[in-house]
Amino acid sequence: MSFFNIQALEYLDCGPINLQIEASEIIGLNGASGSGKSRLLRSLADLDEHTGSVYLNSIEQHSIKAHTWRAQVAMLSAETYWWLDTVAEHFKNFSIEQAKALGFVSDVSAWQVSRLSSGEKQRLGLLRLLENQPDVLLLDEPTANLDPENARLFETFVTDYVYTRPACAIWVSHDVEQLKRISQRQYKIQNGQLLRTAKGI
Amino acid sequence: MFIKLTAFDLSLAAVLVVMLGVLSTYMKLGVAKQLYIAALRTTVQLLLIGLVLKSLFENTQPLFVLLVCFIMISVAGWEILSRQKRKLKGWWGFGVSTGSLFVSSFLITLLSLFIVIQADPWYNPQYAVPLLGMLLGNTMTGIALGMDRLTQTAWQQRPIIEQRLMLGESADKAISDIRSEAMRAGMIPIINSMAAAGLVSLPGMMTGQIMAGAEPVEAVKYQILIMFMISAGTGFGVISVLWLISKRLFDDRERLCFKRLLKQSADQ
Repeated sequence: MSFFNIQALEYLDCGPINLQIEASEIIGLNGASGSGKSRLLRSLADLDEHTGSVYLNSIEQHSIKAHTWRAQVAMLSAETYWWLDTVAEHFKNFSIEQAKALGFVSDVSAWQVSRLSSGEKQRLGLLRLLENQPDVLLLDEPTANLDPENARLFETFVTDYVYTRPACAIWVSHDVEQLKRISQRQYKIQNGQLLRTAKGI
Repeated sequence: MFIKLTAFDLSLAAVLVVMLGVLSTYMKLGVAKQLYIAALRTTVQLLLIGLVLKSLFENTQPLFVLLVCFIMISVAGWEILSRQKRKLKGWWGFGVSTGSLFVSSFLITLLSLFIVIQADPWYNPQYAVPLLGMLLGNTMTGIALGMDRLTQTAWQQRPIIEQRLMLGESADKAISDIRSEAMRAGMIPIINSMAAAGLVSLPGMMTGQIMAGAEPVEAVKYQILIMFMISAGTGFGVISVLWLISKRLFDDRERLCFKRLLKQSADQ
């Protein structure tokens, strides 16, 4: 069985969706707004009700506790939220090295979360998510608020993580060029169905 | 030398309330109607409980005392529910609030009747009914505040709760901050009144006993007893509602389940 295996997944009026992803693989996903991309990621992270089965390393989603599943199948939503005062309080161990790799020049750990821009939140949100060492990354338009330079750093950071761990990822984006750059296979959701798009879309 | 009040004395006080109502109407403050209704309710309800107590004293039957207690608890449970902006749907709402009042007020009243006061018989309505009433009145406020804070804050902070779930936190952990905030909201009234007792305010029960001619130090002892009972009752009551509701806010896969909440217009 594949590393990450989605079988007959149905949610709201979408599906059934079948998809097999191997370790070290990144899947690019696009589709019109409201087509159900975020809902798909939320169902995979078990945050929304759905039917069908999802397996990670042959372990079925509902056979383990929901929070254990979510630590392994980690979703980065389009907007990340910060509820404590400073950045560092949201981390177990804040790594300045990793923050630098994502384009931060100074130590951001002491920053007040209220002064973070949406792009900064997005990059720090990735670092925070990776603390759990997840096996699957569900990225919902992760670079929507980043300038091109930081978006590139973000792409490199994620692909490095996916290859070294090894993990796999589903990357939702409206930027077709970006998807071609980072993913091995591209799909789109249309009329509730997951369709593979030919190279070059 | 206990001075009895006449109907005329009470109507003098009522005039003040009416004056306030008229002023409120004149200034368009919009509380007049609620004020009149509440004043009327207080008069009717207190007169009724006065009559009930009178007949209870004359004919003390344990079953009858219990019946009065259960009616009081149910009404208090209903009252808590009507103060919620968002309540649990179906029987859950009533069940949770009434159940927690049972724990917080009824059991604690029983405990103090048996162990502390050692009333004879234990169901002696002269002790049982006023004690339960005082406990209910105060824990009701605390529980209503705590519950409302929990559901309202959870509703407003939905994105934060879901963010924490996405980071692999358990449902219990993801709502823990909101729960302790709600706990504080529920406990603040009784903590404040314990802190201010004697210095700023003379609590009602003690004042009443003193005016009825009781020895001040004896009245103080009763007041301390009731304060402790209220704080313990409120605390246990709030803890149990918060625990139950926060369980109910998530489904078995630790997803937020707001469809179990019903929004109602709280005009109280």
